[in-house]
Amino acid sequence: MTNVPIDSLSLPVGKPQHESPGGWKQYFSFSTDHKVIGIQYLVTAFFFFLVGGIFAMILRGELITPEADLVDRTVYNGMFTMHGTVMLFLWTFPSLVGFANYLVPLMIGARDMAFPRLNAVAFWMVPVVGILLMGSFFVPGGPAQAGWWAYPPVSLQNPTGNLINGQVLWLLAVAISGVSSIMGAVNFVTTIVKMRAPGMGFFRMPLFVWAVLSAQIIQLFGLPALTAGAVMLLLDLTVGTGFFNPANGGNPVMFQHYFWFYSHPAVYVIILPVFGIFSEIFPVYSRKPLFGYKVVAISSLLIAVVSAIVWVHHMYVSGTPAWMRLIFMLTTMFVSVPTGIKVFAWVATIWGGKLRLNTPMLFALGGLIMFVFAGITGIMLSSVPVDVHVNNTYFVVGHFHYVLFGTVTMGLYAAIYHWFPKMTGRMYYEGWGKLHFWLSFIGTNLNFLPMHPLGLQGMLRRVSSYAPEYEFWNIIASLGAFLLGMSTLPFIFNMVVSWMQGEKAPDNPWRAIGLEWLVSSPPPVENFEEIPIVISEPYGYGKSEPLVAEAHNQAQ
Amino acid sequence: MDSYIVSEELQNHSHHAGEHGHDEEGNKMFGFIVFLLSESVIFLSFFAGYIVYKLTTPNWLPPGVEGLEVREPAINTVVLVASSFVIYLAERALQRHKLWGFRLFLLATMAMGSYFLVGQAIEWSHLAFGFTTGTFGGMFYLLTGFHGLHVLTGILLQLMIFIRSFIPGNYESGHFGVNSTSLFWHFVDVIWIVLFVLLYIWQ
Ligand code: HEM
Ligand SMILES: [Cu+2]
Repeated sequence: MTNVPIDSLSLPVGKPQHESPGGWKQYFSFSTDHKVIGIQYLVTAFFFFLVGGIFAMILRGELITPEADLVDRTVYNGMFTMHGTVMLFLWTFPSLVGFANYLVPLMIGARDMAFPRLNAVAFWMVPVVGILLMGSFFVPGGPAQAGWWAYPPVSLQNPTGNLINGQVLWLLAVAISGVSSIMGAVNFVTTIVKMRAPGMGFFRMPLFVWAVLSAQIIQLFGLPALTAGAVMLLLDLTVGTGFFNPANGGNPVMFQHYFWFYSHPAVYVIILPVFGIFSEIFPVYSRKPLFGYKVVAISSLLIAVVSAIVWVHHMYVSGTPAWMRLIFMLTTMFVSVPTGIKVFAWVATIWGGKLRLNTPMLFALGGLIMFVFAGITGIMLSSVPVDVHVNNTYFVVGHFHYVLFGTVTMGLYAAIYHWFPKMTGRMYYEGWGKLHFWLSFIGTNLNFLPMHPLGLQGMLRRVSSYAPEYEFWNIIASLGAFLLGMSTLPFIFNMVVSWMQGEKAPDNPWRAIGLEWLVSSPPPVENFEEIPIVISEPYGYGKSEPLVAEAHNQAQ
Repeated sequence: MDSYIVSEELQNHSHHAGEHGHDEEGNKMFGFIVFLLSESVIFLSFFAGYIVYKLTTPNWLPPGVEGLEVREPAINTVVLVASSFVIYLAERALQRHKLWGFRLFLLATMAMGSYFLVGQAIEWSHLAFGFTTGTFGGMFYLLTGFHGLHVLTGILLQLMIFIRSFIPGNYESGHFGVNSTSLFWHFVDVIWIVLFVLLYIWQ
């Protein structure tokens, strides 16, 4: 069954084939194949990553000198708002959904997602979100300027008096991306719960699938709260209701509750799949089973649950009463328990393994190191006295960039390299990959480490000018940012050239265990000639048990 | 992948393979329930907002407004709750292959739903406050409006399955359309009961 050429895979009669024209054109079509959709998500997201990156370069360019001399304040405000929004809503969410789309059906032995059409519709909403956000640069008054959290009353200001302004487009974009994500979540949860191959009990699911399941459950129960808040803000802004507008009897802090009730858990929607990626990668490149598989699996769900009751830690300084602060400080710190379990399990997996330092492993290791650092500053921030001190300073910016760049983006790179041979049928160039890794690892630390001393010294975030005594660390940070910006060049080069003319990839280049490695590279339409029967737990590295039994007499 | 174990037991197992991933009706219903759970969180968020606003706003009712008239909405509530039973009867008729019974009960449900909507519209036209009258006005219209939109959606779904029941053979294989419409209607109903208590009883 290994190395079955694609054209010899005859599909069972009567099963509808996906209508894919094949070749690169299929990526521009309304395809319902989860693999095509997965790659559509990934490429679209990467495009917006570059856009968000350009905004970041402008921000850092401005901050290289204490004076505001590169762009004016309005542009700066628009830039950091769009940078944060694009990075979150158009890079991290869609790229992780892209991987989930590509991998989940393969990993659980299904032919596709439960609702392929819904899947395609959900994807095509992402470019619409992008167009709305980018289009907002061209409406009177420019793009939204209230930051990606859009707190009223700032977000309710409408100096130009136009009905359609940047903030309105921003809210519409967020609402559409929410609808798309809920569609996706319904699809993922149904697929994972209902479509696993025979023999794949919950405790035989790969950890990436566990992570996606947990993350999508958060989407289902958190996103509606954000949507509710966004609708109310939109009404305040357009028809003049008074939900959050103090001038009309409203309460702006209520918006913060709606917002963070979702947006804190959203952090885990992003990070859980990355944890899943780490859990897939460490065993392969260490040649050892994942340490504590079951505990790690359950810890994902536990994180999802606990994350729903910690949101007020973003509001310690929003007039929150002391008893409430205390409760949320304790629940926040509790999140570090399941997270710590995971880190422990990864370290124990790597420990004493036969390490192979290929590019995916390098990115995963680098990401793990930076995550540990982010975890430490995170625990610091969860304690009320520290947060009251550094809130709204660069300390916070440093912390969340270690999460979002150091961990999430590095984890995404790890995943791209790891599954590139499977997705494209070609190998990437290891040398270029390693260059990419070192540039981004050094760049990340140069860029974001200085933000911690800056924050402790009191430099505020969202400012385009600052006191001269902060100049030194800002110059280092900006240089790191430019290095980071440049580091994407070898990556893009590697991806494009390898995809076009890289060496042909075998089905299982990493000798990995997992159903996705049983099919050809790239996998055929409908994935499996016969649905596999799973007979052992995942991550059986160094064990002789096979993963699946071949299914004869399959009831089709 | 070079060696596969094919045991007797697994051979037997593989006969069940058809159940995995091919049960489309089941998947759709599961997905729909998941969706409804998620939707109920939107309503819960609005309810939570309403409760907090009511408890923390010093002058909750706008000046000159005494409170909400309960009689008409109460009748409306009774009609809507009753319609949940009627659509259940429709579903049962279909299970017993009584196609005309199904259509009649469905028509009755639609009529009752429309009665509710019209009643709501009349109530709106009499009220002494508007959408932008403070948080009270905003919350009132937001809640009733958003719910009304769901009632309308429910009626449209019912119309759809009504029309489709005239296509021969349509309701022989599966009833996802019917079951989901009916479930949606019960959902709309339960939400209304909570809403009614919040807005009209707890004044
Ligand atoms: C080269 C890489 C990057 C650089 C140089 C950079 C730089 C910056 C700067 C200067 C700010 C503004 C801080 C402020 O004034 O408050 C910012 C904010 C932000 N960044 Fe980045 N960033 C980078 C990558 C990323 C990535 C990969 C993500 C997410 C995956 C991200 C997410 C955010 C968010 C959410 C904000 C907050 C925006 C707001 O305050 O409204 N950034 N970044
Ligand atoms: Cu948080």
